[in-house]
Amino acid sequence: MSVLNAPPIVSSRRDYVDSFTLARYLDTGGYSALRKALTMYPEVVAAEVDAASLLGRGGAGFPAGRKWSMLRRSAISYLVVNGDESEPATFKDHYLVERDPHQLVEGVVIAAYALQVSQVFIFLRGEFALGLERVQQALNEAYAHGAIGSKIFGSDFSIDVVLHPGAGAYICGEETSLLEALEGKRGFPRIKPPFFPAVTGLYGEPTVVNNVETMSNLPWIINHGGAAFAALGAGRSTGTRLFALAGDVQNPNVFELEMVKNTFRDLIFDPALGGGLTPGRTLKAFIPGGVSAPWFGPDLLDTPLGQDEVGNLGSMLGSGSVVVLDDASCVVRATWRITKFFSRESCGQCTPCREGSGWIERIMYRLEHGGGRLEDLDLLLDLCDNIAPGLTWPPQQTTICVLGPSIPSSVHSAISMFRDDFVAHVNHGGCPHD
Amino acid sequence: MSHFRSDIRQRAEELIALYPRKRSAMLPLLHLAQENDGYLSEEGIAEVATLTDTTAADVRGTASFYDMFHLEPVGTYVVGVCTNIACLLAGGEELLEHASATLGCAVGSTSDDGLFTLEETECLADCNLAPCVQVNHRYVRTTTPDAFDAMVRDLRDGRLDHEVPRHGTLIRVKRQGGLRVAKEDLARERASALAARTARAETAAPVVAQAGAPAVPPETK
Amino acid sequence: MTEVIRTKVTITVDGRSVEASPGELLIEAAERAGSYVPRFCYHPRMEAVGMCRMCLVEVDGPRGATLQPACYLKVSDGMSVTTDSEKVKKAQDGVLEFLLANHPLDCPVCDKGGECPLQDQTLAHGSGETRFVEEKRHFVKPVSIGELVLLDRERCIQCARCTRFAADVAGDVEIAFAGRGDLIEVATSPSAPFDSVFSGNTVQICPVGALTAKPYRFSARPWDLEQVESTCTTCAVGCRVAVQSSGNRLTRVLGVDSEPVNHGWLCDKGRFTLDSIDANEASSDPLSAATRLTEPLVRVEGELRPVSWGVALTAAVQLLRDAGDADAVGAMGGASLTNEGAYAWERFLRTVVGTENIDAQFGDGLDPVLLQSLPLATIDDAANAPVVLTMTGDLREELPVLFLRLRESFVRHHRTLVELSSAPSALHSLAAHSLSVRPGETPAIARALVSGNLPVGTLVAETELHDVRGALGDGTGVVIVVGRANLAEDQRLVDEAIQVLAQGLPGARFLVVLRRSNVRGALDMGLSPRLRPGRGVEPSASGRDTTAQLAAMVAGTQRATVVLGGCLLGNVVNQDLACSALETSSVIAVTGHGGPSLAYADVVLPAQVQYERTGTVTNLEGRVTAVAPKIGAPGSAWSDVAIASELALTWGQDLGLDSIELCAKVIEDTTGYAALSVLQDQAFDGVVMGLSVTPVARHAMDPMAFPGIRSTRTVGLGESTGATSLLDAGTTTTTTGSTPTDVALARVDVPLADAYAFRLVLVRRLYDRGVAMQGSPALSGLVGATRLLVHPSDLDRLGLASGARVLVRAPGGDFGIDIDTDETVLRGTCVAPWGTLDANGDNVVAMMVDPSSPVTQLRLETP
Ligand SMILES: Cc1cc2nc3c(=O)[nH]c(=O)nc-3n(C[C@H](O)[C@H](O)[C@H](O)COP(=O)(O)O)c2cc1C
Ligand code: SF4
Ligand code: FES
Repeated sequence: MSVLNAPPIVSSRRDYVDSFTLARYLDTGGYSALRKALTMYPEVVAAEVDAASLLGRGGAGFPAGRKWSMLRRSAISYLVVNGDESEPATFKDHYLVERDPHQLVEGVVIAAYALQVSQVFIFLRGEFALGLERVQQALNEAYAHGAIGSKIFGSDFSIDVVLHPGAGAYICGEETSLLEALEGKRGFPRIKPPFFPAVTGLYGEPTVVNNVETMSNLPWIINHGGAAFAALGAGRSTGTRLFALAGDVQNPNVFELEMVKNTFRDLIFDPALGGGLTPGRTLKAFIPGGVSAPWFGPDLLDTPLGQDEVGNLGSMLGSGSVVVLDDASCVVRATWRITKFFSRESCGQCTPCREGSGWIERIMYRLEHGGGRLEDLDLLLDLCDNIAPGLTWPPQQTTICVLGPSIPSSVHSAISMFRDDFVAHVNHGGCPHD
Repeated sequence: MSHFRSDIRQRAEELIALYPRKRSAMLPLLHLAQENDGYLSEEGIAEVATLTDTTAADVRGTASFYDMFHLEPVGTYVVGVCTNIACLLAGGEELLEHASATLGCAVGSTSDDGLFTLEETECLADCNLAPCVQVNHRYVRTTTPDAFDAMVRDLRDGRLDHEVPRHGTLIRVKRQGGLRVAKEDLARERASALAARTARAETAAPVVAQAGAPAVPPETK
Repeated sequence: MTEVIRTKVTITVDGRSVEASPGELLIEAAERAGSYVPRFCYHPRMEAVGMCRMCLVEVDGPRGATLQPACYLKVSDGMSVTTDSEKVKKAQDGVLEFLLANHPLDCPVCDKGGECPLQDQTLAHGSGETRFVEEKRHFVKPVSIGELVLLDRERCIQCARCTRFAADVAGDVEIAFAGRGDLIEVATSPSAPFDSVFSGNTVQICPVGALTAKPYRFSARPWDLEQVESTCTTCAVGCRVAVQSSGNRLTRVLGVDSEPVNHGWLCDKGRFTLDSIDANEASSDPLSAATRLTEPLVRVEGELRPVSWGVALTAAVQLLRDAGDADAVGAMGGASLTNEGAYAWERFLRTVVGTENIDAQFGDGLDPVLLQSLPLATIDDAANAPVVLTMTGDLREELPVLFLRLRESFVRHHRTLVELSSAPSALHSLAAHSLSVRPGETPAIARALVSGNLPVGTLVAETELHDVRGALGDGTGVVIVVGRANLAEDQRLVDEAIQVLAQGLPGARFLVVLRRSNVRGALDMGLSPRLRPGRGVEPSASGRDTTAQLAAMVAGTQRATVVLGGCLLGNVVNQDLACSALETSSVIAVTGHGGPSLAYADVVLPAQVQYERTGTVTNLEGRVTAVAPKIGAPGSAWSDVAIASELALTWGQDLGLDSIELCAKVIEDTTGYAALSVLQDQAFDGVVMGLSVTPVARHAMDPMAFPGIRSTRTVGLGESTGATSLLDAGTTTTTTGSTPTDVALARVDVPLADAYAFRLVLVRRLYDRGVAMQGSPALSGLVGATRLLVHPSDLDRLGLASGARVLVRAPGGDFGIDIDTDETVLRGTCVAPWGTLDANGDNVVAMMVDPSSPVTQLRLETP
């Protein structure tokens, strides 16, 4: 297997217990990329990122360089870092902010310099108390070190970075909802158009929103050049990526892997990675990119870990989280729990999402806990169709944001892949696994 | 007269100063109000409303959108057990049931001694250590029933005080340092940098990687 | 590069092409093309939020046709839209099914049943059977969220109309969404209920029965209601209303979307005082405002006794004749009359009795001749002006819907407000510039605006003045809104300031905001010493205004006085004078409501009140609209035209005004004032006198936007979906020909400031002890406490805490009053509310005012 052939980019300090300190960071080459960036024209820094073809790591996979250059026509006012990470079974940003906060800070300042933005907000999930403290500590150290603040490292560039804690709402990961939260409001996603915060963002001004992992790649890209980054991976998927592996595997964890060069099979079964399933169990299904994504069966295990490679098969690499379900786990229960999540996390603006999520969750609850009817399966699919017409992927939607059409992903996948399990639940009057 | 303790009031004012608009400080201020009282009291909400130039109904409505804010009093320790997908597969529901028995309170309620409030949470992004438990948003990395009970004993006996502050306290690291440049100067700096960039773009100087424009003296170690 | 500015775009809707303006919302353009798109959250008077998702239609785009919300999407050239495809129908039916999933479907017991947009949509599109077998969401059934409003959260469909209204239109964020997902609910703060003076609007625009009005609750079923369109005469804005009754009982008043006036909104006072009209037949004490007068009364042996009209009219004529000569007779009041009523009374008083002592103002207004000479602006002009200068009291308290119109201009369209500020006001926080004006300084500050020279000792900064002068220029494009900011400041000071501004800013136009209902119409009909019907001016005429009449009454030279309307005592600031005057003179009171003034009346003639009578009224901008009767007057109350005519006949003369229509015809024939034509043409939005205003066609009424209005039987409304032909107002204008500069004004000197004293700012409150409020069971409890406001630093200086009691040393005596602070009160001044009573029922505020001085200075001490 080819799994360990790429250099770790964002998890290179993984083996140090003090990886989060400034001392360790400097010792391992920290802030050299920022110093280097400051010797370059800002647009050259941006061009480097463009050349790296760095896809956003937040879920949508939009190229960071393109996002930045769309803006260059009008000056960007704010850079906002999305560290809300609440997609179930996604825990890579959590790893990055707790274990390598300086890398994030350095990436953020590089991005801000490239965009010529002086005001940055790092929006971090509120439940990450330790992460919040680590990032604040790193910011304090960076100020003292001269990497943030007035005329950083003696350059002409000044920058302020403010850490903004979230307060417990998955939807605030959606970038326009995040901006609402940052403006001190209820986290209602904004209606589109305008489609990009780059046009109207924070306080109505042009704003770039990027994910924590996206930012954390920047020091390496500046140090090694965009071309070196682009040389890793294949096609549109360049560089490496953090994959959060969870569920029914021996060794759930965050792994950094070169993109496309490895497959889901590698990730789940390689002894150095997931280490396979519990002995005696077989793989039932896996979710390739967070619970918003449609499921894959064992037949797709050899799909490469790449954006288009997964996309072409009707799902998405999304947030880089992979959830494994073995044959001892109940897919109806898993689906019910996922619908319960969406029902609790729907912001409540759009009727189909607000009412649909609750309705679907209640039907799923009945199926799992007793009281399910066969006609519920068609009803579920029809309700899903009313949220995401046609049940296609990428989804069409009747809602403002894509939380709505994420609800049908699991329901539709589970019913079409495992209808028998549902029927067994109906016949058994509840979960046969109990 | 401020309802907040004087140190919290001061932090509140420092926070507001960090944002272009006061209202942006809403979430951090609500966290502070919760640190002040352990939950969002009427007085705390009123104070945040005054600080952000809005009304109590507006602040309450905003706060109630977010799970971390409690509009009713809660225990000293708010214990969250995740039952979302990864934890579900690892026995999260069973651990939640166990927690309810150990703490003597139903999910969503507070133990009689006022020490613990138990909550079922959504994914806490610590799925490699499932099922995941947080106390006052500190990960306690306690995945088995026995470990859970030991943790409860430690909390009761104060052995975890250094790790787990009372409910409401979120960030104990104080912000230090700041930009210290007048806003107008900053705007001027940015404007001239952007103008220079536009000028370069118009002269069509090829933007190639590594094209240098040294703005920084070489590093001196 | 030259840009071609396109003024029109073409889009295709269901195969038909239609022209639209760039930026127009698709939902509107589609409707014009004949494709009505179903909707819930969209409201034409608020910014779209696209939340309910009912209006999804298919829009062709680069990636094929996608579902888009028609309420949010702006049209662009070449856009192609399908509103009736299978996909659209499925999506819309899906939304409707989702909306009904948790809805209690308790239509039979719901106030909205029968006029509910959700019910209508369900009947039109719903499948009839539910696939939802789960337990529905439960909330405690209706909870009281304010004095007037109940909330049933189970019925709420989360359209955010009410919360948007409160936050965006009214600016009172007393209700807001709370919770998330399907637990989202409209909520108040326990410490601050929904007591906005605009709360009723949220009830009106709620598309389901989630918000209901306590006064209306269970009072009628929509299909029992009959309706006319009329004008609200509670204040001078003149909002257009749909008045509904069940049989001869008024049940509800709803705001009609009149483009130039109220945009569908009303204030709660206008909306809910209807119960003062017909709900109080039980009470018969004439001194109580809760009494509706149903028969004439004459004082016999010290007591008011019911008599026949013949006896009452004879008694009234006798009193007038007994006065001796015409100059010993006077009349005051008239704002509550229609134009026709005012005209009839004017004719009776001037031509029959022969007196010149006539005044519809109570010393609480402005110089009537100056007023008639000003270049005028409409409400629309003010709402569209790039710069507005205000020199008024708090408009939210005085003329609430005018406040809404102006607020929208500043909040939504970011136009510039320059405020001359004397006391806290709801527009204060929106002002680009706020110039502090202490009592007595008004003319000096006006002069500074014009000349640039600041008087010594003002609170205005040089730089601010400079900026304001820059914004005002020569006044071109500026609308100046003028009224009485302070009832304790002499009217002549305000008149002087207005004249200074009119001279110094020749390009500016004026919106004069006199507050009481039809005071503008009464003046236009000549109820003022130097005015004549049709805005005529007789500059040299001598007659006594109200203040002079009161003095003459006390002196015994005016021996008989006609009091028109019941609000004299509620509006004359010098209460002592008013009471002794009424005591001394014979008094003929003409009013529909009882009230304290009747204690002094010798003859009481019962008149019809609003929603019982027909005629025209004129609002503050000079707009003449028709009022229509919905119910018959109780007992034998007559119209004012009839009362004046019969009185004239009893006197021995015929006014020739045998009917209201005839009266309107005479007005129009003799003065050109658009009375008859407005009455006959049903020109709903009326005609603005003195201005040439392009009439705007009424939109078709969308029952989704204004539920309750068209779903009942309509009279004179609803059918008018096309253009209503309006008069060319320009040709019917009567003007005085004089300019503000010509008007001779009396000048008055302001005494030097007493450094130890506070200057009093006496402000009006919407909820006061006036007859309308006191007669309304729904509203009479809402009058606020009497409290004095000072600046916090002044309170510190006094060594008092907020909420403490302070001793006021005033001309009328010493008394205690509770004191509070407000940052926007000017230092060295104190603000008191007019028209409220203290705990003992004393009008302590009236006792504060120094009637002998143009400004009142008070000493405040610790008790
Ligand atoms: C419901 C929802 C939740 C999301 N949650 C996150 C999140 O937790 N973190 C994140 O970075 N992006 C999240 N996104 C994606 C963001 O909207 C946005 O695309 C991303 O932050 C852009 O950063 P990137 O370009 O660097 O990926 C979410 C999107 C949706 C629709
Ligand atoms: S789809 Fe759901 S989460 Fe997204 S905006 Fe609509 S209601 Fe909110
Ligand atoms: S979303 Fe368009 S009317 Fe509600």
